[in-house]
Amino acid sequence: MRRVVITGLGVISPVGNDIDTFWKNIVAGVNGIGTIQKFDVSAFPVKIAGETKNFDATQYMDPKTARHSALFCQYAVAAAKQAVDDCGIDFKTLDDEARFRCGCTVSSGVGGIDITETEVSKMIEKQTTRVSPFCIPAMISNMAAGTIAIEHGLRGPNYGVVSACASGLHSIGQAFHAIKYDEADVMLAGGSEAPVCPVSVAGFAALHALSTRNDDPEHASRPFDKDRNGFVMGEGGAVVVLEEYEHAVARGAKIYCEVAGFGETCDGYHMTAPMPGGVAGARAMTLAIKEAGVTVDDVDYINAHGTSTPMNDKTETALIKAALGEEAARKVSISSTKSMTGHLLGGAGAVETVVCALAIRDGVVPPTINYTTPDPECDLDYTPNTARKRPVRVALNNALGFGGHNACIAFKAL
Amino acid sequence: MTLEEKVIAIVCDSLHTDASAVKAESSFVNDLGADSLDQAELMMNIEEAFKPYMNGDIPEDQATKFDTVGSVIEFLRSNGVPENVD
Repeated sequence: MRRVVITGLGVISPVGNDIDTFWKNIVAGVNGIGTIQKFDVSAFPVKIAGETKNFDATQYMDPKTARHSALFCQYAVAAAKQAVDDCGIDFKTLDDEARFRCGCTVSSGVGGIDITETEVSKMIEKQTTRVSPFCIPAMISNMAAGTIAIEHGLRGPNYGVVSACASGLHSIGQAFHAIKYDEADVMLAGGSEAPVCPVSVAGFAALHALSTRNDDPEHASRPFDKDRNGFVMGEGGAVVVLEEYEHAVARGAKIYCEVAGFGETCDGYHMTAPMPGGVAGARAMTLAIKEAGVTVDDVDYINAHGTSTPMNDKTETALIKAALGEEAARKVSISSTKSMTGHLLGGAGAVETVVCALAIRDGVVPPTINYTTPDPECDLDYTPNTARKRPVRVALNNALGFGGHNACIAFKAL
Repeated sequence: MTLEEKVIAIVCDSLHTDASAVKAESSFVNDLGADSLDQAELMMNIEEAFKPYMNGDIPEDQATKFDTVGSVIEFLRSNGVPENVD
């Protein structure tokens, strides 16, 4: 059976625009959330987000492509470039046949919603039917995967899975299976999101999904804490290079960890609310553990979906117990790095895959920051406030999306 | 600014080209490397900039026929745009 490993990482995030800075900050528990700078939020009920800092797309792509690309796409292209540099494959020098074996699955939950917003506003304000010819190609959420393929000359499987907040993890899961089942040898996989624009902030606020702790943004994202009151939107993205194990060994590649199992299910229950008890989410975890060929006792770390909404965190606690059993669930280290980055929606599963890979590499479990008051309904070890040294043999990454989508990937130390 | 200078400035901005590379006889496709999306965007920018001087929009079928920078300048001239513009 073909095995799949991670050989390259790239990230753009509210706590760093490169892997080293990102990881140093995640381990140190640095907050990336603040008052929104992108537009005037004075009239909005929610005024906070995890925004990227000093991002310049032209560091990663030519100015013309950058100008024609939506922000989510720029983030994905930037993360992909970092991951490609990190893995050491120069795709453009590969022959045609080899390039058909290199693909890309990169997701976005809401794609170029900012582009749609701008163009619709223009139509109304100017009373015109003319919009930019780049409106559609920039807005469609698959264009991140398409643009990355253009940048690197990739001709293998290419698309982006759309499953709201599980999108990024689904894309990595599909890429894993594309390599495992011999459709590709190398896949760039991940997700990105640029949701910090008026219609999107207003939309999530209308759902009462967002924290309104506007006067204290640094402590607004507090997964599993009793005083949590909603998620904080984040932006950015991550791309990882997945590679068939022998392919990686043959070229002497640096290997972070193995991608060993992928489970996916759906609640089939409600548009936005998770199914109470999380039976379907638990099944996704069980499937990932099973495919990985490990037992619940091998799992040392879970990077939780942990959004900081009252509903998610208690449901996820229940589903972790259901999947691992009470005893193993009490031994495992859990954390939600969304406490620092905010929730990157379609980019979340990808950014958190980077966290899992580095947790395995360094034997460090990053913390859940802002954890002060225990919640009786969330009674596991969430690695409160301080990172913990602990060898990580198997790490699980959970992602749960609006629509009831559940995904889980098991990563394994080699 | 003259009409020609303004058209060239918009072409440079739209196609990310240096002004020294753009002449009246420059072909959008062969000399300036524009693809169909670039040309559509360029026409929108031209229309936006010269709307105050023109009698109506640039018709869709006309917009796809421009092949050189000069062909755009000639069209604007014959549609009421003066030699000196803002």
